[in-house]
Amino acid sequence: MTAFLDIAALDDIPRQGARVVKTMIGCIAVFRTAEDQLFALEDRCPHKGGPLSEGIVHGTSVTCPLHAWVFDMNTGQAQGADEGAVQTYPVRLEAGRVLLDVTRLARRSAA
Amino acid sequence: MNKERLVLVGNGMAGMRTIEELLKLEPDLYEITVFGAEPHPNYNRILLSPVLSGEKTIDEIILNSRDWYAEHGITLHTGDPVEHIDRRKRLVRSRSGLEVPYDRLILATGSNPFIIPVPGADLPGVLGYRDIADVEAMIETARGFKRAIVIGGGLLGLEAAYGLQQQGMEVTVVHLLDTLMERQLDKPAAALLKASLEKRGLTFLMEAQTAAIQGRDRVESVRFADGSEIATDLVVMAVGIRPNMALAQSAGIHCERGIVVDDTMLTYDARIYAIGECVQHRGHCYGLVAPLFEQAKVCANHLAKLGYGRYQGSVTSTKLKVTGIDLFSAGQYQGGDGCEEILFQDPGAGIYKKLVIRENRLAGAVLYGDTIDGAWFFQLMREGTDISEIREDLLFGQAHLGDSGHGGQTQAALMTDAMQVCDCNGVCKGEIVKAITSKGLFTLEDVKLHTKAAASCGSCTGLVEQILASTLGSDYSTPEAKPICTCTDYSHDQVRAAIREQHLTSLSDCFEKLDWRRPDGCHVCRPALNYYLISTWPTEALDDSQSRFVNERVHANIQKDGTYSVIPRIFGGETSPAQLRAIAEAAEKYAVRSVKITGGQRIDLLGLTKEQLPHIWKDLTDAGFVSGHAYGKSMRTVKTCVGSQWCRFGVQDSTKMGIELEELTWGSWTPHKFKLAVSGCPRNCAEATCKDIGVVCVDSGYEISVAGAAGMDVRETEFLCKVTTEAEVMEVIAAFTQLYRENARYLHRIYKWVARVGLDWCRAQVEDPANRRALYDRFMLSQGVYQTDPWAELAATPADWAPIADLTLRAAE
Ligand code: SRM
Ligand SMILES: Cc1cc2nc3c(=O)[nH]c(=O)nc-3n(C[C@H](O)[C@H](O)[C@H](O)COP(=O)(O)OP(=O)(O)OC[C@H]3O[C@@H](n4cnc5c(N)ncnc54)[C@H](O)[C@@H]3O)c2cc1C
Ligand code: SF4
Ligand code: FES
Repeated sequence: MTAFLDIAALDDIPRQGARVVKTMIGCIAVFRTAEDQLFALEDRCPHKGGPLSEGIVHGTSVTCPLHAWVFDMNTGQAQGADEGAVQTYPVRLEAGRVLLDVTRLARRSAA
Repeated sequence: MNKERLVLVGNGMAGMRTIEELLKLEPDLYEITVFGAEPHPNYNRILLSPVLSGEKTIDEIILNSRDWYAEHGITLHTGDPVEHIDRRKRLVRSRSGLEVPYDRLILATGSNPFIIPVPGADLPGVLGYRDIADVEAMIETARGFKRAIVIGGGLLGLEAAYGLQQQGMEVTVVHLLDTLMERQLDKPAAALLKASLEKRGLTFLMEAQTAAIQGRDRVESVRFADGSEIATDLVVMAVGIRPNMALAQSAGIHCERGIVVDDTMLTYDARIYAIGECVQHRGHCYGLVAPLFEQAKVCANHLAKLGYGRYQGSVTSTKLKVTGIDLFSAGQYQGGDGCEEILFQDPGAGIYKKLVIRENRLAGAVLYGDTIDGAWFFQLMREGTDISEIREDLLFGQAHLGDSGHGGQTQAALMTDAMQVCDCNGVCKGEIVKAITSKGLFTLEDVKLHTKAAASCGSCTGLVEQILASTLGSDYSTPEAKPICTCTDYSHDQVRAAIREQHLTSLSDCFEKLDWRRPDGCHVCRPALNYYLISTWPTEALDDSQSRFVNERVHANIQKDGTYSVIPRIFGGETSPAQLRAIAEAAEKYAVRSVKITGGQRIDLLGLTKEQLPHIWKDLTDAGFVSGHAYGKSMRTVKTCVGSQWCRFGVQDSTKMGIELEELTWGSWTPHKFKLAVSGCPRNCAEATCKDIGVVCVDSGYEISVAGAAGMDVRETEFLCKVTTEAEVMEVIAAFTQLYRENARYLHRIYKWVARVGLDWCRAQVEDPANRRALYDRFMLSQGVYQTDPWAELAATPADWAPIADLTLRAAE
């Protein structure tokens, strides 16, 4: 079951940038790439908790601002020699609006 | 059919080159076994000096990886020296007890550093300079100790001294004679060399004979024949090498000063070849790679059973591998009976050239400061060209010959195909051109791989690039060894040149015109490109904040917990009660978690959230503050002392000058951060001599020095120039800053950049009045665009930095 929630307009998020959504289980970073693809990732680097939303976005990757780990936003996996992953969440673009799947957020917060 | 067995003793430069040459001719003739005493695969010994000085890593100097041996079916035993040769049974025995039979044997055992047999020479802390283990021991010593003595002012000694100094040690070079490198240089060139090494901080003790090395558990001091002593933590002996022939001697092979070989590199035993520094050929022992590589070719020719190669001895030339010093010498540079000398000297520019001519032929050359024609002179020398026709212009170099029409051509274009480009590996221009055209090579790396040109000491890299360029056509530019990142083959310098020459003004231009592999680059190249764009085209290029690191995008320093710190600018470190009150009020209003005086004479407010930033900025800018750029690759602070306004020793108003310098330079984006300081007198309370740019006030004016550091590296500034008026200080510093902005690679501090380009070059740029003015003007043009306060802008039109949605509220429903 999915439950997509309208959270913002696409233009609220800068290209090659991100905005943050506050949830019960912590912040989610919603990224917008140069090609207007959207990704939603947990905003906490598995290394030392760096806010990924402040990283440099390139292609479909983001580089953590604290110690430059690079994550593939499709999978949440750290790339190169670093090991670790961040949780990803389904996010969709519909008629210029950003829709985030909140089921997992709700379920986890309920648990 | 069983293959013949070939054993190589000595896994070094000469021996392995022989194997490589052999494989080119006959890849399948032998079953090859290699013994090496060192625990490493074959590496480029020449490049130990750049490893010592920190410019290269050990991985970068490996020539043949272990995989390479495996791929070519070669059995490699490292860390296992051969200790015995049984010539009757035709086998070798190694230290570990391994016995390997041979049909042919190559001895390539190199040489040993000569250790002067004085008392104490065996103490811990006394090293030779020969292999990776020596370099590792030196670097290790430099971590824990401060002082070093290098005995020997020859090529090797000076490279060791420079490297140790780069590792942070205080180095004294002790030399027996009164001139350095007496085997390669005449007195005037040696004096120039000594002066410029002294300027770099080396100390010399000339005409000193070492009598003893003293110390209890390790070296503590060196005593000289005249009774004087110098305390030290490390002694490096670089007084010469001795061919390593003990193994050959113990096997009864005829040796004199080295293992004696004939013109086919064969020893007195017809199954045993010898090659490299361990041999003596026609009475000569060589200590440079070029002749050894010629020997390797000949030896391989015979091993491959072609049987026609003959080695007839070599003329050698020398270059010193100390960054920023250009030195070349070859042949009979001292002159002598029946010789004439042509001299050129420009002490101001640090240039000295001497050509020695005998019977209308070039017999020797010494070049200092300008070595561009070294390869050409060396060529004339080896070929014995009659130079009577060109004698008058000889000294001015090849480019000067028949001046009309040659203008604008590169050195490479003037070379004939037979001229040698790479002296180490004996590669001619023709071979390179042929490899480029027949094998379709495009990059320097390819040329190195296929021809070996530029693959050893690297000093011909520039020429090889020119040949690539002239062979492939004009729109070619060479990818250098180090591309910016994996998105491109272009180096920092090439990208910047392209931005300038092709008038690129946006990131997308760069990606498209320079064939970037990823459509929007990566976190490594984008900040660099953005900097190159805005510094080259300040009025045209658009600053792309998404290509900046978070701190520069958010105009504050991100902390480990994701909060930010705010440091308002306090010009010259001078503040007022009103300013302090405003800071105090802001600190209270936003409940900052910590208020800290920084090392840069200003105040840090720590622990703010991103949403708070525009608000605290508004309060601070209302009180007259601007951003302190404590987060930027930009001007940080100008540290000052109280100076003549208050201090009983001050000779100039250092505080006022610091404030004015800060007003001049704040807001400018630079390759890396840079920091200034002004001290009111030579007591130097503002620590101006360890800053990127420092001014020390003296009675008669201002001494400007540059390229200091006090972070991961600590080094004293070097003197740039002295001026008499404040206005000149401003102009010189603005011009120097602009020079740095236009030329340094992104993320190089001033000291790194100056080490690359040389302080003499920088000085020449800012000393020339017209050039200085032009640099100054370009700096001010850029300041016109970029000296704006980002805090004021962002406070006036706050970017939306709050969360876009808050689901905690929803979940609570
Ligand atoms: C705030 C301050 C420490 C303090 O409390 O005094 C400071 C804080 C930081 N310094 Fe520093 N440096 C501070 C003075 C210095 C000094 C001393 C000075 O300026 O007189 C040095 C040595 C001189 C020099 O610049 O080399 C210094 C050498 C460094 C270095 C090493 C640079 C190098 O190339 O060797 C780094 C790392 C870097 O830049 O890559 C660094 C980096 C940093 C960063 C920005 C690390 C980072 O990237 O997050 C620190 C931010 C901490 C934070 O959480 O806000 N900081 N840092 C000082 C700010 C001065 C100011 O008013 O702007
Ligand atoms: C720091 C430094 C800088 C230099 N710079 C330059 C330069 O700029 N230009 C230039 O032309 N030359 C330079 N040289 C000289 C150049 O490196 C040598 O001429 C060259 O390496 C000699 O080659 P080789 O094969 O004869 O000896 P090596 O390269 O020394 O190889 C001999 C190898 O044999 C091994 N060995 C010895 N005995 C045994 C045994 N019994 N069993 C097994 N293995 C054994 C040794 O451990 C060593 O690895 C420099 C040398 C040094 C040390
Ligand atoms: S540098 Fe000189 S003038 Fe400045 S405070 Fe120190 S002693 Fe005084
Ligand atoms: S916290 Fe992300 S890389 Fe260290």
